[in-house]
Amino acid sequence: MINAAAMYFFLPMMVLAVVISFIRLVRGPSLPDRVVALDLMTTLGIAVIAVYAMAFNQPIFIDIAVVVALISFLGTIAFAYYVYRRVDQ
Amino acid sequence: MIAEILSLLFLAAGTVFILISAVGVVRMPDIYLRMSASTKSSTLGVGFILLGAAAYFFHDLGVFSRAIAIIVFLLLTAPVSAHMIGRAAYHTGVPLWRKSRYDDLYGKFDPQGKHLDSSLESTQRNPLLDEF
Repeated sequence: MINAAAMYFFLPMMVLAVVISFIRLVRGPSLPDRVVALDLMTTLGIAVIAVYAMAFNQPIFIDIAVVVALISFLGTIAFAYYVYRRVDQ
Repeated sequence: MIAEILSLLFLAAGTVFILISAVGVVRMPDIYLRMSASTKSSTLGVGFILLGAAAYFFHDLGVFSRAIAIIVFLLLTAPVSAHMIGRAAYHTGVPLWRKSRYDDLYGKFDPQGKHLDSSLESTQRNPLLDEF
């Protein structure tokens, strides 16, 4: 039951959310706006991986979600530091 | 069976919050409000989704504990990264929404804008905001 629901309803909803937040990545008037949109997209990527693991009954994908969570935090911190330091030059 | 129903409920709640956060990031007028939408709502939504995964894989202790670990890690790191981006945005002079009521940080940075100093007494308003 949940495999079909995850594959045909929840996974398309996640992809729709990623596409909507991509609009802000394209339009964002300033660089921090784009960083916020990218941060949201990677956070949604974790949810997509979790739903995918349920849809295809592959619990091994949860490990990949752990790695993506770690990497996305580091990436956001690096982007924020870059935005912060860029003014000096 | 009960685990599947619980998992479906968690997935539905998480999907609603994730869609709200995506719409909020596009529709909000200001980066600080957008960050409020993206950080809080998406953390709640992804937390619900991972709770659903934990309920679905409840029979497998390793996967269950990994899903819970991701939730704890997200709850720890989302405020930190939002604080870093907000600080960088305010520091680089991204404007607030015109209709914001308060800008308490205005005038609290020293002239070079490098350090926050709360002893700088400033009663002036940010001139870019509307009067109320």
